[in-house]
Amino acid sequence: MKDCITLAHGSGGKAYRELVERVFAPAFQNEYLAPLTDAAVCPGSGRIALTTDGYVVTPLFFPGGDIGRLAVSGTVNDLAVSGAIPRYLTVGMVLETGLPVETLQRVVRSMADTAAEAGVQIVTGDTKVVEAGGCSGIYLTTAGVGLFPEGMEIPPQRPEAGDAIVTSGRIGSHGMAVMAARHSLAFDPAIESDVRPMARAVRAVLDAGCIVRAMRDPTRGGVAGTLSEWAGTRLDITLEEEALPVRADVRDACAILGIDPLYVANEGVVLFSLPAKDAERAVAALRTQTGCEQAAVIGRVSDGRGSVFAKTRIGTFRRILPPSGEQLPRIC
Amino acid sequence: MNSIEVLSRKIESLADGLPPTTIMEVCGTHTHAIRRYGVRQLLPKQVRLVSGPGCPVCVTAQEDVARALALARLPNVTLFCFGDMMRVPCGTASLSSLRADGADVRICVSPMDAFEFAREHPLREVVWFGVGFETTTPHTAALIEAGIRSGVKNLSILCAHKTMPNALRALLGGETRVDALLCPGHVAAITGADAFAFLPEEYGISAAISGFEPEELLLAIFALLKMQASGTPKLVNAYPRVVNPAGNPAARSLVETYFEPCDALWRGLGEISSSGLSLRPAFAKWDAGARFSMEPVAAVPASGCRCGDVLRGRIEPNECALFGQACTPEQPLGACMVSSEGACAAYYQYEGAGI
Repeated sequence: MKDCITLAHGSGGKAYRELVERVFAPAFQNEYLAPLTDAAVCPGSGRIALTTDGYVVTPLFFPGGDIGRLAVSGTVNDLAVSGAIPRYLTVGMVLETGLPVETLQRVVRSMADTAAEAGVQIVTGDTKVVEAGGCSGIYLTTAGVGLFPEGMEIPPQRPEAGDAIVTSGRIGSHGMAVMAARHSLAFDPAIESDVRPMARAVRAVLDAGCIVRAMRDPTRGGVAGTLSEWAGTRLDITLEEEALPVRADVRDACAILGIDPLYVANEGVVLFSLPAKDAERAVAALRTQTGCEQAAVIGRVSDGRGSVFAKTRIGTFRRILPPSGEQLPRIC
Repeated sequence: MNSIEVLSRKIESLADGLPPTTIMEVCGTHTHAIRRYGVRQLLPKQVRLVSGPGCPVCVTAQEDVARALALARLPNVTLFCFGDMMRVPCGTASLSSLRADGADVRICVSPMDAFEFAREHPLREVVWFGVGFETTTPHTAALIEAGIRSGVKNLSILCAHKTMPNALRALLGGETRVDALLCPGHVAAITGADAFAFLPEEYGISAAISGFEPEELLLAIFALLKMQASGTPKLVNAYPRVVNPAGNPAARSLVETYFEPCDALWRGLGEISSSGLSLRPAFAKWDAGARFSMEPVAAVPASGCRCGDVLRGRIEPNECALFGQACTPEQPLGACMVSSEGACAAYYQYEGAGI
């Protein structure tokens, strides 16, 4: 018989315990998970950051990552951009009957590897099983807790006129990797997602002594979405289009599909708004980190009326509107 | 001085001695590129760029969209279409809203995806909603050819393909007044540059085939203004790195094998004789209209929508009362607000704030 997920695995009985002992416990092993009690009891004090997110990506595996790496990175990054040090994660899984246990094991191993990379521990979890057609293979929900070092000034998440905008790396890779995989676009080599935990990169900027006014991981809605929100109603943000780092394959795929990389989701990028005088220091600190070798100053913040502009390579300006709806490939 | 500055200055000094000149582009990718790069910001006031019927999504008749919706509603049908057809409104529905309600509508980048799907799902009726000009029709022809070779039985075409030359004739023979035309580089790569020679010959209008980089657009505009200045309208191929006089005979012959000219409905322009393509009688069984015995569908555009006037270059998008108010990219009422190549969407996206 094929080794697949069945409804019995979600029953809380023998099959479930076997799954925990065979798949989850060995991959996630740590002292807070080990007792397998109803709640993990972990050390920590002071203010905490708390976040949660659900992951329903198809396909489950895409070039450069998979749903497991995404679920850990996404939650770690949400904590990291609050200024906290991510520490503990929980994971809730919805599994579809018929899912090969081997597929689950691959996802779980990827989660464990990504957690180790990010310096977090997966301390508790839950598994539910739905009948075939009830979900597409695996849905994941992760929640995370981060701690603020004592005495640390928490970033106000409010950009100011005179700030510079810095990106930690090249933009648009994740969304284009998934779109290429979903539409079976045969780029050779395949476009790889940038999905990665950014906690250490964020720490590098804070430890370099930069004053960070705002940080955000520009996931859905892309860079355009984050900057539009930052511009709010009283600031303008002007990007230098030529300074925007975009991988050549991503740029080509965007051109073919008629999609602007500014609107494409990222899963391993952090945007910073910080005083212009600190910008180069932030870029230098970022460039020491894996995945951030192309960190760059990409724009500036001024007083205004909530508009985002891009200065094009021919010296003209275009408006960057907040994202609307799904990014769809264009006709030709 | 870089090439953009050189060209802008040359255009400026040339336009100085000219009366106001209106140049129309008739390619959605030009519309998009002109807005995307803010090319208008580099042009003197006397040179006005207007968008014509070049966005394939925008010119697709409401009736054809209604037929696609009717097919998508059939329980056994999987409808494949280009991404930007999804959100074209038709009454209160769109392919996107039908999909949300459970219809099997799929976006593809290549029509061949429909072929693969049909082979893998023999119990589904797979329909390809073919829209677009000379550039996309060869892909639909290749799809039919693949279907014939493989013997697949559950694949058909909802054909709304169009051809450019007669639409331009209808436009220029009507009330639209333009001084010069930017001709579509991609279409010309298939048809050959010569297909546009009728513009100066029959209508006395300067024409320049242009590429899609800002330098190429400025170069083509410069060529047009030079002809205006000398009073000798001609066809200039300003995109020679891609376009040659004869075009792509292989692609054309593929299309001619399966399609024949027919009269076609264009949004905003009405019926234009010999401006569309239908399947030749020998291949009628690939026609979704025949396979599903569809009645002609009547459909009316949203009340107050002036897409038709926009497509004929009679008004700028922001002169429509719905523009940016009732009709936005989030909630489009007219087709020109849907595709990023649509004149209204491109205007809204890049210049709405009035830079």
